Amino acid sequence: MADYEPWSETHGAEIIAAHVNRDGAAMPMLHALQAAFGCVPVAAIPMIAEALNLTRAEVHGIVSFYHDFRAHPPGRHVLKLCRAEACQSLGADALAAHLRQRLDVDWHGTTHDGAVTLEPVFCLGLCAVGPSALLDGRPLGRLDPARIEAELDAVA
Amino acid sequence: MTRVFVPRDAAALALGADAVAAALAGHAAIVRTGSRGLFWLEPMVEVETPEGRIAYGPVSARDVPELLSSGMLQGAAHKLRLGKPEELHFLVCQTRFTFARCGIIDPLSLDDYRAQGGLKGLRRALEFGPERIVEEVTKSGLRGRGGAGFPTGIKWKTTAEAVGDQKYIVCNADEGDSGTYADRMLMEGDPFTLIEGMAIAAIAVGATKGFVYTRSEYPHAIATFDAALAIARREGLLGGTVLGSGHAFDIEQRVGAGAYVCGEETSLLDSLEGKRGQVRAKPPLPAHKGLFGKPTVVNNVITLASVPFVLTEGAAAYQSVGFGRSRGTMPIQLAGNLRYAGLFEAGFGLTLGELVNDIGGGTRSGRPVRAVQVGGPLGAYFPPALFDTKFDYEAFAARDGLIGHGGVVVFDDTVDLARQARFAMEFCAAESCGKCTPCRIGSVRGIEVIDRIMAGDRVEANLELLEDLCHTMKFGSLCALGGFIPYPVMSALTHFPEDFRALHKAAAE
Repeated sequence: MADYEPWSETHGAEIIAAHVNRDGAAMPMLHALQAAFGCVPVAAIPMIAEALNLTRAEVHGIVSFYHDFRAHPPGRHVLKLCRAEACQSLGADALAAHLRQRLDVDWHGTTHDGAVTLEPVFCLGLCAVGPSALLDGRPLGRLDPARIEAELDAVA
Repeated sequence: MTRVFVPRDAAALALGADAVAAALAGHAAIVRTGSRGLFWLEPMVEVETPEGRIAYGPVSARDVPELLSSGMLQGAAHKLRLGKPEELHFLVCQTRFTFARCGIIDPLSLDDYRAQGGLKGLRRALEFGPERIVEEVTKSGLRGRGGAGFPTGIKWKTTAEAVGDQKYIVCNADEGDSGTYADRMLMEGDPFTLIEGMAIAAIAVGATKGFVYTRSEYPHAIATFDAALAIARREGLLGGTVLGSGHAFDIEQRVGAGAYVCGEETSLLDSLEGKRGQVRAKPPLPAHKGLFGKPTVVNNVITLASVPFVLTEGAAAYQSVGFGRSRGTMPIQLAGNLRYAGLFEAGFGLTLGELVNDIGGGTRSGRPVRAVQVGGPLGAYFPPALFDTKFDYEAFAARDGLIGHGGVVVFDDTVDLARQARFAMEFCAAESCGKCTPCRIGSVRGIEVIDRIMAGDRVEANLELLEDLCHTMKFGSLCALGGFIPYPVMSALTHFPEDFRALHKAAAE
């Protein structure tokens, strides 16, 4: 289960300072911010820009380029469901349709109770055991509607 | 206590390997290993006996009490007993050069690694010196395993000859192609092989710093590789003087953030530099002006991990296996709707039919095979009529396909190739870095045109338009993303035309 802290300018500044002197600092910095806060908060953008001597627009350009970086923290659990071809060949599209209906969310959405965020992912390297997913970072294979619901029930 | 080996490979974990290890705890000394790559048998548990290891699988945690009471720890008979793993047909048919240790050793034991022949290649490289290393790698015929198939020795020679106060070795571990998992397996199952390969590359070209760019979708590979790096530094394999040779070389792992295009080498370099992962125009080649403008070798995980074998056993041993201009072995990744899906390392030259039917056992669903996509989302869909195509860079190219990073994704007869073609364009639109117009705009227009075809709207005219668009993307795009997306689209159109005309026909009838 994800346990993210609320945005804090002080802690945000500490994280930025911890990475600013690395070569190509932006990616490790953004990952560290998201690991702490569950997202790259909008409030952090000008701070990153200042630290890296970039414009805010440039930092926004970097953050928004990468699918991983969120603008808002996710729900208590994150389910990353694979949508790539190897999983498609084993029914991933139908599984995704079922889940979206069952959870009443679209991609990147969070259930009304804040329990689960559903994110698409294009390949987890679990292509021999699809359909696959990562639930809070834990790999799951040979999924079908019953198995994925049991896994979600177990963490909820 | 009897030693029992339980995989910690992410695919084995996805099938419950942790629960199996927990159920065995207290009954045996548990060693966590990588996977041997027989995924229909995972979690595959191996017991150390006086006759060698005995495998059982697929084992679930529920099976453990019964397995223990029937004498599993003595290697006794049971319906899940598979016998000696190295005698399993799927492994007997392989030539494991690069994956020789994967699934056997504790991935984080440098002692295990040394005991199984590890570091011999690096020691020989230190004796040889830069020029002879490059010569050996060139003679081996090794070509880039990321997909482009460029001769590794030539790339190294170019970087070695380039002038620079700082040079880099960059390992591309952004294994984004669906159907591929060899990089992941190696980094989780035998990470020191990659470290050794990178150190050899560093000595060959005079680099002192290496980066491994690993995709964020691989949290287990990231954790294992970081742990291996820490051990390698502690044991003097990396750092100020590699194995006491006086050569300085260290490696840092960086993590991607879900952008497929960062698997393209110049886009990867921009991402490493902390920018949007946009493709660079070539020239300049990364070998001349790469990371931070310095001479840089960019190689895929498997390319670098193949090098220790080349140095240990000699170029001739590697070169003697293979087909045509594709020398050595390829870790082929059998994936998707396949009965026996797994890692199959073999010399080039097997036919696609042998891989899918004889080795892969046909579909998992039991239905007929209809299409096979080789080489990831940019690879062509081949029908069974092309199953005589040999697994070789040139043979696939001759049939408008590519082997890419060696992923083979099998589909049964429920697949709709018009939908797969649409998905290819959709994927390209989502993942385009936006730098060049054919890819950025062409992919969006491609979705629209396929939608019109699927809706039965002026089908023949729109099919012609789609072909024209694919031609523009193929020859006008800056990199392989926009340039190769026409492969899945056009192969679907060429080999499965009926899927595009279904509605058209239905409307006419």
